Amino acid sequence: MPAADPWQTAEIAGPKKASVITKPAMAQAVIHRAQHPVLIIGHYAATIDIGERKLVDYLLDLARAHAIPVIATGHVNRTLKERGYTGAVIMPAVEAGHRIADPCWNGPDGKGPCDLAIIAGLPYPMEWTLLSGLKHFAPYMKTITLDNTYQPNANWSFANIPVKEWQENLEAITVTIGTEGQTDV
Amino acid sequence: MLPLTEKKIALTIKEMESGLGRIRDLSISIGKLSAADWTEPEGPTPYPSLTALRTWDRTLLSRYQPFYMPFCDLCCLCTYGKCDLTGTKKGACGITMPAQQSRTVLLSACIGAATHTSHARELVTYAIKKAGRDCPINPGGNAIGVEAPIIRLVCGEKPEILADLETVLDYCESQITALLAVTHTGQEGDPLDFESKVLHAGMIDHVGMEVADLAQISALGYPKADPDAPLVALGMGTVDTTKPVILVIGHNVPPSVAIIDYLHNENLSDHVEVTGICCTSIDATRYSPRAKIIGPMSWQLRYIRSGIPDVIVVDEQCIRTDALAEAEAIHAPFIATSEKNCLGLPDRTNDTADAIVTDLVGGKLAGVLILDPEKAGEVAVRVARTVAPARKNVRASTDPATIREQVTACTQCRLCQRACPNDLKIPQGMKAAGAGELSLLAGLYETCVGCGRCEQACTKKIPVHSLIVAAAAERIKNEKFVIRTGRGAIQDIEIRNVGGPIVLGEIPGVIGFVGCANYANGGKEVAEMSVEFAKRRYIVCTSGCTAMSIGMYRDEEGKTPYEQFPGSFSAGGIVNVGSCVANAHIAGATIKIASVFARRNLRGNYAEIADYVHNRVGAVGVAWGAMSQKAAAIAAGFWRLGIPVVVGPHGTKYRRMLLGRADHDADWYVHDQRTGEDVYAGPAPEHLFVAAETKEEAMVLVAKLCMRPNDTTRGRAMKLTHYIDLSQRNLGTIPDDIPRYVRTTADIPVTLKGEITRILAQSDWKERPIPDPTLLSRDKPSPPKER
Ligand code: SF4
Ligand code: SF4
Ligand code: SF4
Repeated sequence: MPAADPWQTAEIAGPKKASVITKPAMAQAVIHRAQHPVLIIGHYAATIDIGERKLVDYLLDLARAHAIPVIATGHVNRTLKERGYTGAVIMPAVEAGHRIADPCWNGPDGKGPCDLAIIAGLPYPMEWTLLSGLKHFAPYMKTITLDNTYQPNANWSFANIPVKEWQENLEAITVTIGTEGQTDV
Repeated sequence: MLPLTEKKIALTIKEMESGLGRIRDLSISIGKLSAADWTEPEGPTPYPSLTALRTWDRTLLSRYQPFYMPFCDLCCLCTYGKCDLTGTKKGACGITMPAQQSRTVLLSACIGAATHTSHARELVTYAIKKAGRDCPINPGGNAIGVEAPIIRLVCGEKPEILADLETVLDYCESQITALLAVTHTGQEGDPLDFESKVLHAGMIDHVGMEVADLAQISALGYPKADPDAPLVALGMGTVDTTKPVILVIGHNVPPSVAIIDYLHNENLSDHVEVTGICCTSIDATRYSPRAKIIGPMSWQLRYIRSGIPDVIVVDEQCIRTDALAEAEAIHAPFIATSEKNCLGLPDRTNDTADAIVTDLVGGKLAGVLILDPEKAGEVAVRVARTVAPARKNVRASTDPATIREQVTACTQCRLCQRACPNDLKIPQGMKAAGAGELSLLAGLYETCVGCGRCEQACTKKIPVHSLIVAAAAERIKNEKFVIRTGRGAIQDIEIRNVGGPIVLGEIPGVIGFVGCANYANGGKEVAEMSVEFAKRRYIVCTSGCTAMSIGMYRDEEGKTPYEQFPGSFSAGGIVNVGSCVANAHIAGATIKIASVFARRNLRGNYAEIADYVHNRVGAVGVAWGAMSQKAAAIAAGFWRLGIPVVVGPHGTKYRRMLLGRADHDADWYVHDQRTGEDVYAGPAPEHLFVAAETKEEAMVLVAKLCMRPNDTTRGRAMKLTHYIDLSQRNLGTIPDDIPRYVRTTADIPVTLKGEITRILAQSDWKERPIPDPTLLSRDKPSPPKER
């Protein structure tokens, strides 16, 4: 299958499409550069297996390592709490998108407008439309998805990659970033 | 010449200089509706034009801002295009992306409103033919005083006979034409003006729906506002396959009525099964409880491919456009009955029934178009009875060995999964089935919406959907449920009984589970949600395909929700109002609370009543599987009344939400009519249109969206109890926005006093007054004038 086709075959967006993350360093650089990133975790993160762990475990590693504020959508907060993470702001994904697209919103932590949204674990078409909203109406910020399916409306996305490759990437991203600034939330 | 009751010309001149001097407030009416003696004072906006309610719309839209999520970056509506509208780029006509998105939403709402209104026109014409122009409009005899709340509110008319409904439809049709014109290249350019027109289309849609259901209830003897409307059979397992089986699909009931009548007249009712899919089946059971409902629209492929139907009759709306091809594949003769859905078939309307039956039975024609319901009914029955004996042998059944054989071609390419709207793990199911294990494949049945896209994608031509259905054969055999058929309107006495508790907040909310069956995770979720809220003593209303999905699940005692809960409009009721067009009764009930309970004038008084409903009636719509343009229009009609609507994850494909900003305090001030002050009332309700990702999230949202500024302290405490409890159970925490909803300490639920008091102490919460709320301008419009 071609590297950068939308996972759902018909979900072709338009001329502006996500750059494919071909190596973890790309994602690391994007996340490192951000001053006020936000991590949006959808409910599938609690159920998607990646090796012995779930997607949510990698995402929480990232949040904790980099002190990235988390928005929990769907009912994923229950899982976050089970994992000992109690600092998430809970809101529907579309509400999160609406707020993030507002340059005057100070982010879930109140520290300033978001300049990067990291998104994973939402139903594919919902993530697609949410990223579309941000692509068109939040030009001052960037988006990256860490799902293993290509999301054309993000700025950066993995292609449709197998779980093993995804796991290697996520491990590399979270481990490297995690070497500094360990923060417990 | 038109009879006087048929057409109405109304001319109002505010002020005019003429040769005779200055003329003021001249009003001439020709051809009034029959209720010319209606004395209720007329409000400011009878028969509102496209812009008459623009100020009210802008009031709502300033609170509930559109958040656009383009479903396509391009526009290809005219030959200038395709235009790339990404970001801030404009099209060749100058349109921006927000305007283009709202324009598309308007287009969708126009399609929906046109569909209901056209359906209403067909039903009124049919009803007049059947029962006469003077047939009284009778949705519930003495139990109903306000017979047409939406028509009264929007048009300022009180229809009394069927002929009156024609005038109302004239208005709807003129508005829809104008609204459609707005979407032409180079018309409207401002997104909020497009959005205002979306709301107008929604309001017109509700008028059209009300007309449609009033006509059919009045002329066809449906249950009339009956809380004990009969329980009828639901599910594929209920069909007696030893008899000839007719399948009707669609929304417009006359052909189904004709089938039932013909069977009755020929003493054949016991000998033929009349089964239906989608709303036409609900209406068939409203006409005759012997008819059987197979399921929502997503049951089309699976039921046709079962081979059970001997004849398929389609009318209009939500019918698979390949239904004819599917019918041919099982050799079932096919009858189309609507001018809107001719499917390339020869028009045999003017031929004799004998000739048509001969051609269909002999296989000369696979299908025919018959634009005469009575003839279609007769032909359907006669053909079914003739072909059934031979067809019993062709019934499809795919045994496990055949399934295994067919899946061996699978290459695990995953194209089916990538085509599946629900991303179902079909390849895994195929692999397991190949190894003899069918449970994975069968498990997909529950969440499959029956679209058939997987089959289109499969390069190996594997009949994926059919195999899923075959693997789930045992489950399908047990699809034997009951559903309470559509009761129609809500009685005035019911409104009187619950009006106070609703407005004061003591019944925590009225929740309408409505719309199509494009569920992201199966219909079970909508059943679970409705049961959860009925147990919590909310009033649960439902209609259409959603009402069927609710009926398809049982509790531990084997009871469906319709057997567990009463059909009355009361706390803990599950109220099936009927088919899609019966949604008008749900909106109508909220309007009737203003009229019957609060004694507000409805007549042409839209903004005041919408303001009442928005601030006082804790109603929320949930369209968990909304798919269609009609669903978009229905939602828009609720939005204009200020009633929030929650959709499932696929609902984001409607491409825009209407979202409030709870963090913007200034957005949530209302005018307190008691004190004249502007008062912070909290984000109640917080959103007007919002997609939820999961059932769990939706339930918390719904409980929150039921709060209204007017709640009494007791009511607010109860609503907060449910909101907090649902949040703790589903999201594992007390919501962080509680301080926004606690106005005084009396609002705090007793059982949570300690916890909430602590939360309030940690915030900058201060006690605030409970207003007598309105969003309308303090410069009130001129007082209503007498007719
Ligand atoms: S309607 Fe406007 S945006 Fe659309 S194709 Fe034509 S010029 Fe382009
Ligand atoms: S028919 Fe069912 S399995 Fe096939 S694509 Fe549609 S939803 Fe998915
Ligand atoms: S598309 Fe066909 S061949 Fe490919 S995985 Fe699906 S069923 Fe198998």
